[in-house]
Amino acid sequence: MSDLEAFRSETRAWLEANYPPSLNEPMAEDDAPWGGRNYRPSNPDAKLWLERMGAKGWTAPMWPTQYSGGGLSADENRVLTQELTRIKARPALMSFGVWMLGPVLLEYANEEQKQKFLPPIVRGEIRWCQGYSEPGAGSDLAGLQTRCEDQGDHYLINGQKVWTSYADQADWIFCLVRTDTSKKHEGISFLLFDMKTPGVEARPIKLISGSSPFCETFFDNVKVPKDQLVGKLNGGWDIAKRLLQYERQNISAGGFGGGAGLEIEEAAKQFVGIEAGKLADTDLRTRIAAHKMDAKAFALTVRRAEAESKASRGPSAATSIIKYAAAKLNQDKCELMVEAMGTQGLGWEGEGFDPEGLKATRAWLRSKGNSIEGGTSEVNLNVVAKRVLGLLDHQ
Amino acid sequence: MALLTEEQVMLKDAAKGWVGERSPVSALRKLRDTDVDVAFDKAAWAEMGQMGWTGVIVPEAHGGSEFGYRSLGLVLEETGRTLVNSPLITTALFAASALTRGGSAAQKDAWLGKIAEAGAVIAPALDEQAHHHPARVALTAKKDGAGYVLDGKKVFVLDAMAADAFIVSARTSGQSGEEAGVTLFLVPADTAGIARTRLKTADSRGAGDVTFTGVKVSADAVLGAVDQGFGLLESVLDRTRAGLAAEMLGQASQAFEITLDYLKTRTQFGQLIGTFQALQHRAAKMFTELEMTRSCVEAALDAIDSNANDVRALCSLAKAKASETVHLVSNEMVQMHGGIGMTDAHDAGLYMKRARTSEALFGSASFHRDRYATLMGF
Ligand SMILES: Cc1cc2nc3c(=O)[nH]c(=O)nc-3n(C[C@H](O)[C@H](O)[C@H](O)COP(=O)(O)OP(=O)(O)OC[C@H]3O[C@@H](n4cnc5c(N)ncnc54)[C@H](O)[C@@H]3O)c2cc1C
Repeated sequence: MSDLEAFRSETRAWLEANYPPSLNEPMAEDDAPWGGRNYRPSNPDAKLWLERMGAKGWTAPMWPTQYSGGGLSADENRVLTQELTRIKARPALMSFGVWMLGPVLLEYANEEQKQKFLPPIVRGEIRWCQGYSEPGAGSDLAGLQTRCEDQGDHYLINGQKVWTSYADQADWIFCLVRTDTSKKHEGISFLLFDMKTPGVEARPIKLISGSSPFCETFFDNVKVPKDQLVGKLNGGWDIAKRLLQYERQNISAGGFGGGAGLEIEEAAKQFVGIEAGKLADTDLRTRIAAHKMDAKAFALTVRRAEAESKASRGPSAATSIIKYAAAKLNQDKCELMVEAMGTQGLGWEGEGFDPEGLKATRAWLRSKGNSIEGGTSEVNLNVVAKRVLGLLDHQ
Repeated sequence: MALLTEEQVMLKDAAKGWVGERSPVSALRKLRDTDVDVAFDKAAWAEMGQMGWTGVIVPEAHGGSEFGYRSLGLVLEETGRTLVNSPLITTALFAASALTRGGSAAQKDAWLGKIAEAGAVIAPALDEQAHHHPARVALTAKKDGAGYVLDGKKVFVLDAMAADAFIVSARTSGQSGEEAGVTLFLVPADTAGIARTRLKTADSRGAGDVTFTGVKVSADAVLGAVDQGFGLLESVLDRTRAGLAAEMLGQASQAFEITLDYLKTRTQFGQLIGTFQALQHRAAKMFTELEMTRSCVEAALDAIDSNANDVRALCSLAKAKASETVHLVSNEMVQMHGGIGMTDAHDAGLYMKRARTSEALFGSASFHRDRYATLMGF
């Protein structure tokens, strides 16, 4: 047996012994495993699962063991993913810390910071939010204005962030602040602080889908210890960009999922009906087929990009289009889903609507954010046009 | 294409003024957030009656102005702009058209005058499944002495909760899916055996499911001819589709203008976002689609008024085009606003939600593309 096969059988055995069977039940709506100080899932086994996975470092499988990561190789990590998929395991942890912050800490933080911040991320003890966007700085992120002043023994933060996902539930924030007003990109620093620090206030904003996953976040004379600056003073922009790469990579790995459990073609069969063995609405039928082909093309591209990146030890050209493509794909899917459901896809709540239909409606509305969050599709395409294709601005 | 008469221009201006003052988008928000069974403002509806909007296609003999479908379309375009919830589509359009075209003298006397003064709401109860399909009628109307007994269920009936009466498509012979054997009935909503459930829709336009259980009606409840109701239904549906397309044109136009305005005010990278060609071309394309749609909507309404022989194809064209355009523009409205477009506090989501309902009502773009092909003989 090869080492990898040995790893597979060990992993399988461990999962059999440690995956709580009660998690095979469908997850309750509000039970997404975000971890953090306030993580109280309705099924306590979800927490147990997090603790077990966290202790093994498998919530961050490829991080070094010295920071409580799993220390797995890429191949081992793939095996782990396969084994988790095989038993249809729920994720133990969903985490901005694992997806975005951790990787840049590994790259840019000093040893003390790594020791302090990485292990609680792995164990899901601290939940992070992303303080990037401001009312005046979205696509033009480097236009951010949140002030950070050096007060000798601490920094003083004043300003406002917006669209901060889960700021009202997060424990800590990684935040871009302006430390030099005379320069744009070179005047930005990357700071970490506790959301409980006096002067921090997060006000939830309601989305068009009815939920309030993001916030306006205000900083009023927030004092931050100086050892919570990551990297160099005024050197935050490189870290910020690197983190965005991880954010987009993570999206490309997982795609934009969520929403209805039903497949579109099943919904269409149910709500549109079948005539002579085919979907009764031939126009919708071809559009669903086109979407299914796009989905397949996307999956093949993700796989090819992974293989090429591994072979060349650098990103493949295909990775640059993944975020854009993933957003479009999910939006197309959600549009087709509500269309296939007809008036059953137009409900908001209450009697008279199929629960799958209600889920589909909310998922459709939420999906509109996919081409905005993590950098808009326009900005993404600008980057592809300029950096990848070499097309320069005419201005 | 007929240009507007002076009276039509006045009607359009009046509608624009009233809508802006009396029923801006905030009125829809208020209705949504107060969570009431009747999803429109009754006082506003009464004002629409006073201004003559509910009687635009009602014959003069019954208190209307007989001003034509194009004129009603002008009003609908304006109410569409601010997403006004009102029974204009169900009552002043569908029911007024059905009664005028197919009603008995007694039915006309009983209802048309009321419509003209906004004294009644009459809702079409047609579809039985999640997709529009006017021939898929399984609700039965069985002969019972001199009258009929209705049994079955209608879904997503607009203005169901407010309705004083329903115009119901029922099967008097044949099978669901067949055009022959469909009969229309005009049934007062308080008739024994009718039950309605309010639907809470994403777009907060009032709708409900309506069940008919052993509902006894007399023979004079038949609207039009027994077994031969489908032709009347189709002609009334086409008029409704054209009017709804006008409303959708209004929705799309306003969504576009709000977005255009944003492109001219929001700055990023030290410049207005409207200076980015990526957005400029998309704005110009939306404008192209809106112009195309306007032509189709006007042509359909004019064809109805002049009794042209291509009414059916033009109404399908107008509804399909309006659906595509409002779909595109409402999506772009969210996208071009960025994060703020995703918030409930902004109106973009309201336009998008209303767009999808309008798209699905009385036949989606797919439905009308298919029908168009059939009408064109391929
Ligand atoms: C669901 C969701 C979750 C989010 N979570 C977070 C979070 O946790 N933390 C955080 O910091 N931010 C978050 N964001 C914010 C997100 O990153 C910003 O909304 C996004 O970067 C766009 O910025 P903006 O909203 O200011 O739009 P703007 O930048 O004002 O853009 C408006 C429109 O102009 C277009 N545009 C701008 N510049 C150009 C150009 N040069 N060329 C062509 N078109 C252009 C945009 O693409 C967009 O269509 C989230 C957003 C959403 C929707």
